[in-house]
Amino acid sequence: MSEKNIFELSVQGRTGVRYPDIDVPLTEYPQHLKRENLALPELSELDVVRHFSHLAKLNYSIDSGFYPLGSCTMKYNPKMNEQAARQPGFASTHPLQPIETTQGNLVLMYLLQEALKEISGFHSVSLQPAAGAQGEFVGVRIIRRYLQSIGEGHRDKILIPDSAHGTNPASASMNGLKAVQVPSDERGNIDLVALQNMIDNNVAGLMVTNPNTLGLFEENICEVTKIIHAAGGLVYGDGANMNALMGIAKPADLGIDVMHFNLHKTFSTPHGGGGPGSGPVGVIEKLAPFLPSPIVAIIEPGNDEYAPLYGFIEPEQSIGRVKAFHGQFGVLVRAFAYIDLLGSDGLRLAAEHAVLNANYLLAKLKDYYHVPYPRLCKHEFVVEGAWEEAPDIHALDISKRLMDYNFHPPTNYFPLIVHEALMIEPTETESKDTLDEFIEAMISIANEAHTRPELLHAAPATAPLRRLDELKAAKELTVCCTPIFNQDD
Amino acid sequence: MFIPHTTQERTDMLKAIGLEHVSDLFIDIPAEHRYPDIKLPKGISEMEVMDHIHELSSANESLEDLICFLGAGAYRHYIPAVVDGIIQDGSFYSAYTPYQPEISQGTLQAIYEYQSLIAALTGMEASNASHYDGATAAAEACILAYHQYRGKRTKFILSRNLHPHYQQVIRTYLEGFEDTNIVVVDGYALADFQAEIDNNTALVYVQYPDFLGKVIEFDDLVTMTHQAGALFAVSANPIALALLKSPAEFGADIVTGEGQPLGIPLSYGGPYLGFFATRKELIRKIAGRIVGETVDQDGKRGYVLTLTAREQHIRREKATSNICTNQGLIALAATVYLSALGKNGLIHVAESCYQKAHYAARQISQIPGYKVDTDELFFHEFVVSCPSPVREINEHLLSHQILGGLDLSSLYPDLKNPMLLAVTESNDKTQIDYLCEVLSEARHV
Repeated sequence: MSEKNIFELSVQGRTGVRYPDIDVPLTEYPQHLKRENLALPELSELDVVRHFSHLAKLNYSIDSGFYPLGSCTMKYNPKMNEQAARQPGFASTHPLQPIETTQGNLVLMYLLQEALKEISGFHSVSLQPAAGAQGEFVGVRIIRRYLQSIGEGHRDKILIPDSAHGTNPASASMNGLKAVQVPSDERGNIDLVALQNMIDNNVAGLMVTNPNTLGLFEENICEVTKIIHAAGGLVYGDGANMNALMGIAKPADLGIDVMHFNLHKTFSTPHGGGGPGSGPVGVIEKLAPFLPSPIVAIIEPGNDEYAPLYGFIEPEQSIGRVKAFHGQFGVLVRAFAYIDLLGSDGLRLAAEHAVLNANYLLAKLKDYYHVPYPRLCKHEFVVEGAWEEAPDIHALDISKRLMDYNFHPPTNYFPLIVHEALMIEPTETESKDTLDEFIEAMISIANEAHTRPELLHAAPATAPLRRLDELKAAKELTVCCTPIFNQDD
Repeated sequence: MFIPHTTQERTDMLKAIGLEHVSDLFIDIPAEHRYPDIKLPKGISEMEVMDHIHELSSANESLEDLICFLGAGAYRHYIPAVVDGIIQDGSFYSAYTPYQPEISQGTLQAIYEYQSLIAALTGMEASNASHYDGATAAAEACILAYHQYRGKRTKFILSRNLHPHYQQVIRTYLEGFEDTNIVVVDGYALADFQAEIDNNTALVYVQYPDFLGKVIEFDDLVTMTHQAGALFAVSANPIALALLKSPAEFGADIVTGEGQPLGIPLSYGGPYLGFFATRKELIRKIAGRIVGETVDQDGKRGYVLTLTAREQHIRREKATSNICTNQGLIALAATVYLSALGKNGLIHVAESCYQKAHYAARQISQIPGYKVDTDELFFHEFVVSCPSPVREINEHLLSHQILGGLDLSSLYPDLKNPMLLAVTESNDKTQIDYLCEVLSEARHV
């Protein structure tokens, strides 16, 4: 029996919240402008609580189990973060309050900017972007604006390796740039010869994910960035995979000019079932004037008597605003708390153990699953979810079967350059015990694929639902409780 | 703490990999850049972190201490405990995007319900799973209009009283589209719009109630826009929609807005919630995730992310937007808020806002030196013309623990000492009377 939706649970006349009576003399409201058809549901508070408790039980989550989802860095989200962000002193501040009344917020943002700068090696950071994709958009826009500022605005080509994240090409085209794909070589690195051949006067830059989506460190990263710089372009780094590099290498040292961070990946803020994220952007010195506004700075230095005054500044040639107000502040508080807790030593340990866990899984699975690029991986790796001897089995079947073993599936069918890809990222917060259980499940599924393929095809058998009909959803397009798309009236 | 490995386990794991030291895992990184110095303090305990957090949060003067009459796009409303009670469940907040529907029905059904509630509230027929905030939702509406006309209509007409941040974000986003042209129209005289709306116009954007709080009847402007073949978009306050005619009733094609009033803490400006709803004809053009109803192999009802072929990970550079992560958990908060308040609760909140704001406006207009334009209908926000610069008045208010309204003098230099005041159900009569008392004193400061 599926859970009713809130409209089906509605009973006319119920309400879940009581408010005070209106305590002021009344003013007449023009009747012809009054809303007559507000079709919201009516439920008691307990109706609401039961309903969402039922829904919660239908979800897999980090709190309930292992989530080896490649490129998503599903590490544990410390409970401390949640309590930090909910401090009334933070949660009850209005974004337009005078800065003198929000120095606590501003100091926190300033310290987070400084910490991200130190971790990445960049000169300046803006906390404004709302998510990784928006950070990418901002990064590419900064490149475009910088080139325009030095009379190179004609450069409209951006090179994107075939092992990059899926959002990269969309971010480029939102900035009016043409995305051109760069192939990988047999080691999974950017093909240097191919790259050289693509260089011309129209190259605005390169968007690179490092470690790339194969989980491999781009071994020639310094050569790659030199080639782009020599050609007059800039290098954008996708920071989604920063969890492998914290305290291990600084992107700016490797020749990256601009990069976004995913606070909801690397810095432990929760994914929330699809957000909110946060995608701060770091840049080298010559790009700092282009950062989105506002950024936090000390606007009046302190002295013996007074603490410094923190406030917002607008960089001189800023690309402008990308969201209202000052960024996803509640997410920033969580990331700040996490960095404060781990410190320089803890961040490095986190990266080391993320990479240790990934390589351990890889070592244990490589005899059972084909590994297209058999070398040391970083925080994640990719195997093929298919065997010649089991032609009817696909990566999707393995993924669904993992649910029957109580694991979340890896990312599947990405990156596109690997046939039937399964992209596995364990993160540092998983214990050896959990990894061993996962290894056992994966080996068992590999055996089933050869001996009892029907189990994989029928999977999941134990999840709340079996496989869903995605074609029907797209065809009928019922996207609201009132099925308005079914009849063509 | 968050790394569970024992020394023995680490040794065993390295052995299985065939390495001796953890540092051997990083030999593929150029040696001169490996293990850089990170000049941050060493790690500390949770107890010490929470001390830092308390120190910082208590360095603020928050609305726990101040009486708030500040709005301008972010509003203080009471948030029933049930909202946070539900979104604090790790089953919701520590889940990923529901790409595996069999084990994500909780999130998927909640998004589906969110879409349904937004459709019901705006009167529209389709909603997506959310945008980052009201500003980016507005920018995405402009991009939708651009693509609707295949880039052939390049003019975007914005009301001057569309939130200034939204206008700025629209400018940032549209810069990537060649030849687009943004025109801002001051006021609502039809002739002024008539002079701008032409067959090159993609979209007309207004705010409802507008940035200054005014409720405008847009019926004629919608007709004029549609006659020119352009789309009409409205950025709406979701609480106001419980009281005001829905944008669907006057013919809007796209309704966006800031969902923060729906149970989301002010939290210094984020995370908030951009809602985005359209007529059904435009559904395939909406950016971002959409959940649709379907069945599983046994015919049981279930939900999946649908129309994914529009999105960036499939269409790559041909996608119309790069958005993937949105505001999932915040959309859940709004869903719980709307479910708990329901029809009658939301109407009561909207009426309280309206009545208290009107009481405040009337009382303030009786203080010598202060003027309130009460000719036009407003919802819960209005402009007060003050006897002295707003900055000075606000300083006086703040010294009496009152957070005054937004100083509009740089945004609207044509108005005299203008302050934008917001009053919600969270303000009671005593607070309003106190505000009037302190405003009255402020004349002589």
